[in-house]
Amino acid sequence: MSQLLLDVNGLTMRFGGLVAVNKVNLAVKNRQIVSIIGPNGAGKTTVFNCLSGFYIPSEGSVMFNGGEIAGMKDFQISRQGLVRTFQHVRLFSKMTVIENMLVAQHRHLNTSLLAGLFKTGSYKRLEQEAMDRAAYWLKQVDLLEFANREAGNLAYGQQRRLEIARCMVTQPELLLLDEPAAGLNPNETKELDELIIRLRDEHEISVLLIEHDMGLVMGISDHIYVIAQGTPLADGTADEIKNNDDVIKAYLGEE
Amino acid sequence: MTETFLYLIQQLINGLTIGSTYALIAIGYTMVYGIIGMINFAHGEIYMIGSYITFIVIAGLLGMGMVSLPIILIIALIVAVIIASTYGWTVERVAYRPLRGTNRLIPLISAIGMSIFLQNYVVLAQGSRDVALPPQISGGWTFGDPSVFEVSFSYMQALIWVVTFVAMTALTLFISRSRMGRACRACSEDLGMTNLLGIDTNRTIALTFIIGAALAAVAGLLLGLYYGVVNPFVGFIAGLKAFTAAVLGGIGSIPGAVLGGLILGVTEALTSAYFPSEYKDVVSFGLLVLILLFRPSGLLGKPEVEKV
Repeated sequence: MSQLLLDVNGLTMRFGGLVAVNKVNLAVKNRQIVSIIGPNGAGKTTVFNCLSGFYIPSEGSVMFNGGEIAGMKDFQISRQGLVRTFQHVRLFSKMTVIENMLVAQHRHLNTSLLAGLFKTGSYKRLEQEAMDRAAYWLKQVDLLEFANREAGNLAYGQQRRLEIARCMVTQPELLLLDEPAAGLNPNETKELDELIIRLRDEHEISVLLIEHDMGLVMGISDHIYVIAQGTPLADGTADEIKNNDDVIKAYLGEE
Repeated sequence: MTETFLYLIQQLINGLTIGSTYALIAIGYTMVYGIIGMINFAHGEIYMIGSYITFIVIAGLLGMGMVSLPIILIIALIVAVIIASTYGWTVERVAYRPLRGTNRLIPLISAIGMSIFLQNYVVLAQGSRDVALPPQISGGWTFGDPSVFEVSFSYMQALIWVVTFVAMTALTLFISRSRMGRACRACSEDLGMTNLLGIDTNRTIALTFIIGAALAAVAGLLLGLYYGVVNPFVGFIAGLKAFTAAVLGGIGSIPGAVLGGLILGVTEALTSAYFPSEYKDVVSFGLLVLILLFRPSGLLGKPEVEKV
């Protein structure tokens, strides 16, 4: 049996008396696209916040690559290779596209002031590698020609793609996407769809996404989890979910 | 050239001189605000400490019989920058970092406390009287007709202009070109996201305080030499003026701080030249109120956008 990349067991998050997330289990294997769906306010983003270290879960375990990450700080988790995007775009909008890509690699670079002043060999080599990686990923998301544009001036769909590229340049193993298709037009959604599949098939990473666009979710997911009011409702393949009575009830109400 | 015109030129020279030192100090306020959204009220005290260190080093070196003025000044500059930066770093580490993420008012109170502490600490260590240093750099250029009005541009003023210009250029290059500068800009746009990208934001914030303190120390050296006296309370007034300059130019914006400093310096010089000099603060703060009425975010500041 292959080891799970992400293994979440009994994840519970309480805010005072409110149970936002109640005993949620998730499993993501290597090279898998897994989706979490559910009505608004179901607790999907809270799950993401627990996984990425914004919240410390009240109960439950989050195993990533075989190690416990629940309770770690957000930047420690991202360093382990689990990175996320947000529902709203969070680019450095006053910096250029390429600068956004370089900032993301800051920690891999030699930031010693002296090395910078004297432009030592290793400084130049690392800088070149960072530039190459940035250019590679910009090309993957079709933004290379905009490299020197201010990020805030890109079209909305381009900004979303830049966010994904900025995550990818940190060489993650698992990418968490929070509603990546929100606000995209059908054409842009289709491009995003293809990009996510390419991430899995060509770059061999796993993607866990929250999404309301059912066309996107059903089309690309290897496995789907449904959450309603913080509680797991169902999980399975796209076909199983489409025909699940509980899921239909949660979305459309009882007859 | 008429006397009125030459007189005006003289006032502009004086105003730009003072204004550029305000700008140096204002950068410390504006950078810290830009990155963590707090007003570091102890910043004026760092400037004052920079001035004291300059005096102590110069007096010490002269006492040891050193005669070469450029070498004395360079040593004084290096020592003042290093020690003031250490103070800036320590203040952040001790008084602000533990309070980060709390209500915005709490670090503000802590900053005021730090300011009072540093002021009184210097009073205890150095006494509260004026400490004077004989002028080290005398002479200058004069132009205009001596029988009408002679404009003087002293070597000391020239030094202030040159050093300020060099410091500003170095800072601009650092912010726009270097990796740490890039990280600083990222922090000032979205601290949380920068942290999430694995950048050590504590280190970046500490660096901001160090840069601000270093520039304040440079201002301390220049103004100390220019006026020839220092006391433990100069930091309060200079800090207030520099803070005003930062707000005037748009707090958070580095070019804004420079512009604000220069405008404030020139306004003060012109007011004291044509009106009784008691009016200079009335006019400059009146100007601040006026600008804020029409441009609440300052001259070059961006309107505050609510962060989600």
